[in-house]
Amino acid sequence: MLKNRADILDVQREYNEAVKKTKAQILVCAGTGCVANGSLLVYDELQAELEKRNLDITIDYLLEEHEQADDNGIAAIKSGCHGFCEQGPLVRIEPEGILYTKVKPEDASSIIDALVSGDVVERLLYHDPNTGEVYPKENEIPFYKYQQRVVLRHCGVIDPEDIRAYIAVGGYEGAAQALSLTSEDVVNEVLTSNLRGRGGGGFPAGRKWSIAASQEADQKYIICNGDEGDPGAFMDRSIMEGDPHSVIEGMMIAGYAIGASKGYIYVRAEYPLAVKRLKKAISDARKYGLLGENILGSGFSFDVQVKEGAGAFVCGEESALIASIEGERGMPRPKPPFPAVSGLWGKPTIINNVETLANLPHILRRGSDWFKSIGTESSPGTKTFALTGEVLNTGLVEVPMGRTINEVVFKIGGGIRGGGKLKAVQIGGPSGGCLTEEFLDLPLDFDSLRQAGAMIGSGGLVVMDENTCIVEVARFFMNFIQNESCGKCVFCREGTLHMLDILQRIVDGKGTLEDLDLLVEIGETVQIGSLCGLGKTAPNPVLSTLENFRDEYLAHVVEKRCPAGVCQGLKRYQIMDDKCKGCGLCARKCPAEAISGKVGKPFVIDPEKCIKCGACVTVCKFKAIEEVA
Amino acid sequence: MTTLEQSVVRDEGLNTINVDDNVAAAVKRYGTNQSALIPILQEMQEQYRYLPKDVLNSVAEALQLSPATVYGVATFYAQFSLEPKGKYVIKVCDGTACHVRGSLPVYEAICERVGLEKGKSTTKNRRYTIETVSCLGACGLAPVVTINDKVYGQMTPQAIVMILDMLEEEETSHA
Repeated sequence: MLKNRADILDVQREYNEAVKKTKAQILVCAGTGCVANGSLLVYDELQAELEKRNLDITIDYLLEEHEQADDNGIAAIKSGCHGFCEQGPLVRIEPEGILYTKVKPEDASSIIDALVSGDVVERLLYHDPNTGEVYPKENEIPFYKYQQRVVLRHCGVIDPEDIRAYIAVGGYEGAAQALSLTSEDVVNEVLTSNLRGRGGGGFPAGRKWSIAASQEADQKYIICNGDEGDPGAFMDRSIMEGDPHSVIEGMMIAGYAIGASKGYIYVRAEYPLAVKRLKKAISDARKYGLLGENILGSGFSFDVQVKEGAGAFVCGEESALIASIEGERGMPRPKPPFPAVSGLWGKPTIINNVETLANLPHILRRGSDWFKSIGTESSPGTKTFALTGEVLNTGLVEVPMGRTINEVVFKIGGGIRGGGKLKAVQIGGPSGGCLTEEFLDLPLDFDSLRQAGAMIGSGGLVVMDENTCIVEVARFFMNFIQNESCGKCVFCREGTLHMLDILQRIVDGKGTLEDLDLLVEIGETVQIGSLCGLGKTAPNPVLSTLENFRDEYLAHVVEKRCPAGVCQGLKRYQIMDDKCKGCGLCARKCPAEAISGKVGKPFVIDPEKCIKCGACVTVCKFKAIEEVA
Repeated sequence: MTTLEQSVVRDEGLNTINVDDNVAAAVKRYGTNQSALIPILQEMQEQYRYLPKDVLNSVAEALQLSPATVYGVATFYAQFSLEPKGKYVIKVCDGTACHVRGSLPVYEAICERVGLEKGKSTTKNRRYTIETVSCLGACGLAPVVTINDKVYGQMTPQAIVMILDMLEEEETSHA
């Protein structure tokens, strides 16, 4: 039970001394990505190997209370996500900071051998596929080197299931600092820092707080929005899994600032590991007296509970999320009143995104000036991006606001996979837009992106090369939105359905020029006629691609051609006269009787009858039938 | 070999008393406020692998809500299923990253391998339920498939068919 700030510092010192006594720590990534690639087997094997050698080693001692490592001990620890998921399973050796990639269970003995003799296992080090250069240390690898990690700082570095590991790196000092100030001062500090909501809107957190703080109410609530539904974004999952205490500490600070004594963390049902780690973190925080009554002797009481979502994208919207916690269908409510005035059960409620909350401990501990020194003037701080798609290094990256797309995709991401050419960067998920390579030097911050017709959204950054059909991607997002529209507003419910219909028609090769105008018209109507952010931003992927990739739409509707060769409905098969021997096998196999000709002479395919099944291509012995885009 | 009667018993699997008891136990844990509705339904779904009609009615009664309210909530959220699910629930991620890296061919390969009928999500023998989900948050491993929550990354049609082959082999050898 920690009673005051000095107690926190004691835990910090004790833990760090214990760590100093160990010769080395082996951190095995236990994030969702690495677990899927078999990191737990690697962990088991490392543990077995350590035991077998009987090297006077304590394993996992950091997970157990009050157990001390022996001198020269080596500890194997499961950590949160390191972010470099592409290269997993990842194993890091501390204190040297060596990173091993794509580790298999059978590599365990080489790793321990090297550790004992002070070597490195070169074949497991990261080899840059572009330059062939080998990097022993994690912080020298370009993927990490150009990042600046604030909220991801502890992910992959500490054991997320050990509260002492979090305290040892300065955890709960921000909360202690907040509790030593008045709640007005805390609101002001966050106002001054100009921390803007990381969930997509970019609304200043401090402004939202001051509204809630000024309300008179017997009960107020803090809700952590962990309903990360944007396809292609997973930073909130990584933070909740890799550094759950930072979220709880952020909620404490927010709770103290507005005068709330109760908090809820709303987590997606699809994130079971995040739920498990958060629950463990909450129960540990209670044990340490960091949640509960009279926290650190300040008189402030606060507790947190996890609420699991049940699978509805719209619940990422504040008022829908509230409805969902109340046990209703997750449908948005009209605003005003804003949740800060009347939210959960009619009480003043602040809803902040996971990443926003995870920034708070750092702001309180290091001050708003430090925070403002990072990023741009209007968008201070860092932003995490989930870098995925056809990029060489997929994973989670955190950079100061204002870095360019070019830097993120090429310097950190290592460029396009397979040496292809960049076609588009989709940013902000179903609310965002597709940007062309013209925008490569666009700074990634809230305002620049909005001006370019996209938005940061939650930070999904999907890189697309020439083999991606933009029209099909627009159809994909519309399909997603159409499925997730809650059905309350007519324009969102019906408008997205019709937009999807039109897009389907276009990818099926049945679109017309008028369809493009109709898409814009319906899209603009949906934007105006919808209540919540889901509907208001639903047409963005279509409208932004219509503007930036009009040629590709025209190719589909006018030339009936898919330049990327993706759209099945626009594929055409052609028999090459010079290769066709006129055997007629294709004509016999064609289920649509679309092929005709005289034996001995080249056959022809009637495109009107062809159903594009490709059966002819498979049977032709002379490879005379080709697919043409 | 199961007789028709046995399989009916197994499918219903629950008589009404049983349902009420189970619901009562969950209500005891979560309380009778409406905010308890979703957690209770989640627990019931975990127990029965879907939400049978009896459960919905019993929950409505216990929380003093109309069956329509409970039904409305149960049908709103994607997690809840009113149809029995298969023994293996296969989720194919069709988030942006997975989509761009070819999740659809993987989905089609699964449907073909397990012989899923068009328009259905569960196979006739109730062994497999196949769903697409929007994002599992493991985009670094795209395309991703989960089978009963075990994550398989960087899938290809060939790889997933091999995994299903192994599952099928296990199933038939145990039967």
